[in-house]
Amino acid sequence: MISYAPRYIFNFVFFTLIQVLVLNNIQLSGFVNPYLYILFVLTLPFETPGWLLLLLGFSSGMVIDIFSNTPGMHASATVFMCFLRPYVLRLFAPRDEYQPGTIPTMGYYGFAWFLRYAVILVVAHHLFLFFIEVFSLTHFFSTFVRVLSSSALTLILILIAQLFSQGKKQGR
Amino acid sequence: MRNFIRFIIKYHFTILFFIIEAVSLLLVINYNAYQRSSFLSSSSSVSGGILKRYSAGSEYLMLRDINEDLARENAYLRSRLPESFRASRDYFNLVNDSTSMQEYIYRSARVINNSTHRRFNYLTLNKGRLNGIEPEMGVISNKGAVGIVKNVSDNYSTVISIINTRLKISAKLKESGFFGSLEWDGTSYQHVYLLDIPRHANVSVGDLVVTSGYSSIFPEGILLGNVEDVELDKGASFYRIRVKLSVDFKNLSFVEVIGHNSIAEQINLEKISEDD
Repeated sequence: MISYAPRYIFNFVFFTLIQVLVLNNIQLSGFVNPYLYILFVLTLPFETPGWLLLLLGFSSGMVIDIFSNTPGMHASATVFMCFLRPYVLRLFAPRDEYQPGTIPTMGYYGFAWFLRYAVILVVAHHLFLFFIEVFSLTHFFSTFVRVLSSSALTLILILIAQLFSQGKKQGR
Repeated sequence: MRNFIRFIIKYHFTILFFIIEAVSLLLVINYNAYQRSSFLSSSSSVSGGILKRYSAGSEYLMLRDINEDLARENAYLRSRLPESFRASRDYFNLVNDSTSMQEYIYRSARVINNSTHRRFNYLTLNKGRLNGIEPEMGVISNKGAVGIVKNVSDNYSTVISIINTRLKISAKLKESGFFGSLEWDGTSYQHVYLLDIPRHANVSVGDLVVTSGYSSIFPEGILLGNVEDVELDKGASFYRIRVKLSVDFKNLSFVEVIGHNSIAEQINLEKISEDD
């Protein structure tokens, strides 16, 4: 558990900076904002205790909030996603359970598994985030389109990031 | 009691989730209260410092555009010099000397953080209280009005921009003088809507929209944009006018903050009249 710490501290800082300095400035046709920083929470180890998971989710969301002047929005969406994570993991558990010493990444459990796992959590996060942002159901349809298009872009970025980290592992 | 503790231990994950979620939703709802404490916004010194360093880099890439803007403004200002007017001996003019009683003071500042894709867009400037910037001051660029200062820390300030659904600005049509309020609907960063213009007003596409000067945050006549489309619903007594903003919020690096010298006097006077 402790041996994971440096790697995840690096992930936290790295994804936060990428999000704040690069991705927050990206906007395609007024609809699509990718949120790559949630990959940090997605790849936390299986054994992470629930309380730590929620606290990490809260703090990573809060850091993004502080940089983009939206106190609470990203934090609440990320905490919601963290809450769903154990249930989604249980839902997609392989027949012989998750192996000890592995983490939920594409490198360990394959493309199809990771895609299913990521799609559900990313869409849940974006749904929560965009509806909290609008804070009403009046623009339901346009918000929904935003959720779907942004989720697609976030997923593509997550998959690309996963491919990179996978490549590093095989190189060793 | 023991059952209660067992219950908490068993469901600690869900309970903790609800507690943290409640805290973050509280943050969202008390948004304005939290905006006031600059600790949680991008005018705080840590995040402000990082963003400043980043904008120093990205600004370098935009130097060509900035130079062009500055050169254009230089040319404009030079054309306002006394030397560029022909003196005619046939008349003499009475000059209102504005230096004896200066009403507005301009301070230049640099934009170090900016967003255009949210519903509530804010800018961060590299100057703050120590540079004489106070909340409620107007912010303009050389192309037109940008927004209003919201929070100020010692060295940074945040600006609520015109393309923020929480901001309404008092604006008028330059030609006819009819005034209304300018609002953003949260979709396109290049367009805002001018509301409350009565239907008997003359509006045509291309008319200039400027600040009205009633709120005394902006001086009168600062350019906001021009009319792009005029809508009038059946039975409605007010126009809904789409205005193309003159400022390109995607490309904004130098702004000026407007201080109003006698604003306290005006507000006090208006308060007295309201209390009567």
